[in-house]
Amino acid sequence: MASTMSSAAKRPSRLFRNLSAKIASVPMILTALVVFVGGTLWTVLYSFTNSRLLPRLKFVGLDQYERLWATPRWLVSIENLAIYGVLSLIFSLVIGFVLAALLDQKIRFEDTFRTIFLYPFALSFVVTGVVWQWLLNPDFGVQAVVRSLGWESFAFDPLYNSSIVIYGVLIAALWQGTGFVMCLMLAGLRGIDEDIWKAARVDGIPAWRTYLFIVLPMMRPVLITTLVIIAAGIVKVYDLVVAQTSGGPGIASEVPAKYVYDYMFFAQNLGQGFAASTMMLLSVAIIIVPWAYLEFGRRR
Amino acid sequence: MSAAANPSVSIQDLTLSFGTVSVLQSLNLDIAEGEFIVLLGPSGCGKSTLLNCIAGLLDISDGRIFIKGKNVTWEEPKDRGIGMVFQSYALYPQMSVEKNLSFGLKVAGTPKEEIDKRIARAAEILQIEPLLQRKPAALSGGQRQRVAIGRALVRDVDVFLFDEPLSNLDAKLRSELRVEIKRLHQRLANTMIYVTHDQIEAMTLADRIAVMRGGVIQQLDAPQAIYNRPVNRFVAGFIGSPGMNFIDGRLEEVDGGWRFGTGDLIVPLSTYGFDKQPVAGPAVFGVRPEHIGLNSGSGWPFSAKAAVDVVEPMGSDTLVWLRLGAQSLSVRVPSERAPQTGSQVEIGFDPMRASLFGEDGSRL
Amino acid sequence: MAMSQTLATDGPRGPKPRHTFSKRNIFIYGTLFVVAVYYLLPLYVMVVTSLKGMPEVRLGNIFSPPLEITFEPWVKAWATACTGLNCDGLSRGFWNSVRITVPSVILSIAIASVNGYALANWRFKGSELFFTILIIGAFIPYQVMLYPIVIILREIGLYGSLSGLVIVHSIFGMPILTLLFRNYFASLPEELFKAARVDGAGFWSIYLRIMLPMSVPIFVVAVILQITGIWNDFLFGVVYTRPETYPMTVQLNNIVNSVQGVKEYNVNMAATLLTGLVPLVVYFISGKLFVRGIAAGAVKG
Repeated sequence: MASTMSSAAKRPSRLFRNLSAKIASVPMILTALVVFVGGTLWTVLYSFTNSRLLPRLKFVGLDQYERLWATPRWLVSIENLAIYGVLSLIFSLVIGFVLAALLDQKIRFEDTFRTIFLYPFALSFVVTGVVWQWLLNPDFGVQAVVRSLGWESFAFDPLYNSSIVIYGVLIAALWQGTGFVMCLMLAGLRGIDEDIWKAARVDGIPAWRTYLFIVLPMMRPVLITTLVIIAAGIVKVYDLVVAQTSGGPGIASEVPAKYVYDYMFFAQNLGQGFAASTMMLLSVAIIIVPWAYLEFGRRR
Repeated sequence: MSAAANPSVSIQDLTLSFGTVSVLQSLNLDIAEGEFIVLLGPSGCGKSTLLNCIAGLLDISDGRIFIKGKNVTWEEPKDRGIGMVFQSYALYPQMSVEKNLSFGLKVAGTPKEEIDKRIARAAEILQIEPLLQRKPAALSGGQRQRVAIGRALVRDVDVFLFDEPLSNLDAKLRSELRVEIKRLHQRLANTMIYVTHDQIEAMTLADRIAVMRGGVIQQLDAPQAIYNRPVNRFVAGFIGSPGMNFIDGRLEEVDGGWRFGTGDLIVPLSTYGFDKQPVAGPAVFGVRPEHIGLNSGSGWPFSAKAAVDVVEPMGSDTLVWLRLGAQSLSVRVPSERAPQTGSQVEIGFDPMRASLFGEDGSRL
Repeated sequence: MAMSQTLATDGPRGPKPRHTFSKRNIFIYGTLFVVAVYYLLPLYVMVVTSLKGMPEVRLGNIFSPPLEITFEPWVKAWATACTGLNCDGLSRGFWNSVRITVPSVILSIAIASVNGYALANWRFKGSELFFTILIIGAFIPYQVMLYPIVIILREIGLYGSLSGLVIVHSIFGMPILTLLFRNYFASLPEELFKAARVDGAGFWSIYLRIMLPMSVPIFVVAVILQITGIWNDFLFGVVYTRPETYPMTVQLNNIVNSVQGVKEYNVNMAATLLTGLVPLVVYFISGKLFVRGIAAGAVKG
């Protein structure tokens, strides 16, 4: 090495090479390290303390978690999230795929239909929640209209019935989000080689079989990505519930994200909020880690 | 080889590895002033990587690079005295041809008059004056590549680097621009390093060709030498189209004379010029399709009867596939002398023009 | 034998007849039409309800068109609807949202585009690691980072201010936007970047003079993505601002779900429409670019 140095130009120091790029990346590095890593570790750490109005480093072990899992409101939240999560995954994938497949039939007015199916996605969850609160209002909404048509005993008042309120939220969420799933699926369908369709047609395979047994397996990457996106969104569901039901009636439509917010910023029980948000993190990790592992494993 | 005392570009022990993957291994190459060197090889052989290292676009792991006697190993690309032409032309799409040519000079703070002078000269040489105000999108492929060459030209540099410059063009344009690049080299007499996978380009343009494989230069020599005396089986198979015929067999010494044989086929090697002392054992015999005579009378040191298997007309020539015992052999003949499929023919060749490779693939 | 005779003379000839009303078409268009009606219904109900007077809302059914069109609810929603102590309607929230969205969109895109450019063309040791953390961070529930950010903002004195919220939006917009820009810049021919380096251009001059002019479409996509995303945000607005700086979504929620007073559904619907107007306009103007934007943002390249 020494001999190489002699006749050479100044070797730029390692730190200063690409200096502009490094300076430009400072916001990204800060965000990644301070907010994402630092913030997450901080919250996890303080979830083991008895912080109330202000964060305090007085460790109480797993007390917050024990209390959390003994709180009926948290249990309802988890149950709601599970029902909402599983159903919205299934329905948005199925409806999204069917709509995408229908739009993929070289139909006329494709753009119009897509515009109609997707516009709710441009609206906020607050707007979605408020609209569906109105549509599902038992005195004026769908139930009242059907009854006025003569079906007097018709009952559909999810927002006032604690046993089915989460389905009311689900309907609104599907209205808002399925168009997006459809778009992803459509992109996936368009990415499939035209020759596959020609081959299936020559072989005389009916369209539905081609979709189910050939196209769907080929769309695996898109499906997985969609799944992860929907799943990550489900865990975060918050504004929709706040706007549509405020968690009611009673605590029937509470969700974990709302639990965290309420304990952190209203109940002044930070420790509970931290513990609950750590549980949310854990549930996301359960979804993400296997996916990341698959993604990573495939690239190797 | 023929390294000049004062090489224009000198690469010493250049090594490049990404993590554990080694791309170039301790590579040495001296290029003389005004020489046209072609780096030739299949994709992934490291030829473009080597060019990018010379340009300073890739940081090397070890070794040194000199251009005009100056160690540029750690210099920025702009300070190396090089101009570069890319396969995809890499013209800045939002700038007119003139702006494309002047961008580098403006960045360097060259005075306006000097810029105008250089652009005028480059435009004249490349005959792109009428295109100066157009955007790249409004140019044909050939025109774009001229502009790209012009961008290297205005830099007024010692060394030109070409990274597969003709690969994106159709066959006709490619041969036209090939001639033009040769003319350009004759006029400017700059050092040029040219990367390609096209052996026709390599043969027609190069003073010397460096055939590369797996990050190692296999042979560095004048085009004819590479064609006639490939140093190993890889070079022999890579150069020449249609490719050389290879026959696996054994090298034996019988009655003081060497011969090559497999099955019924025995080729006497009395006329073959051995590079090194032959040793009996497995060997590969290679002969080019154009060096085999078909029904061309007697007088060949080796001749035999063969059956015509497939006939492929290629226009001026015809490629005839023969069965010679268990071997398949291709022969290139003028089209008017092409035989019928299924007929019997007499073939002959002189082992002097053939190549023999040992078990390790190197020339014997 | 007679068969082949008939085939030769009377067999199909010319273009195959197409049935516009084939069973298949009826099924496809029928399904799509029904679904489209379902998707459009809420928008329709919003509009008709917002144009009715309160007595008519109480009497009629939500689907019936207004007998007497009134813009009163719109005026009230915009100018005089009450949230807590303020009775100056959604206009306050609207302007707050504008003051939040405009700088957030600019800042987040400026940061992310440079990040993406650095990641695509100027990799340095560790850059991929930070990027990976950033992408994983996009999946961390916001709730986990809510409070640490409160502390950070309080420390730098921006808690509760609009600037603080702008920073928060830039932080949380960073993963998806950086990914978007990184993939876009990486898809540009690398030789262009090399040519510019041989020409002697540096980090910023390549970004400004070569990359930016070539990237207008992706910037449009990013702007669309960010305008709708930030305008529609509720959580960050409610956590990091004070009542007088609440964005429109938070104010809408407070108007609609306030416990006091008689519920004025027509005003609520007008307020809802007003809140949804900006993203809807962006959506309908941008059309296909919006689709491209969300697809690009969602599907990794």
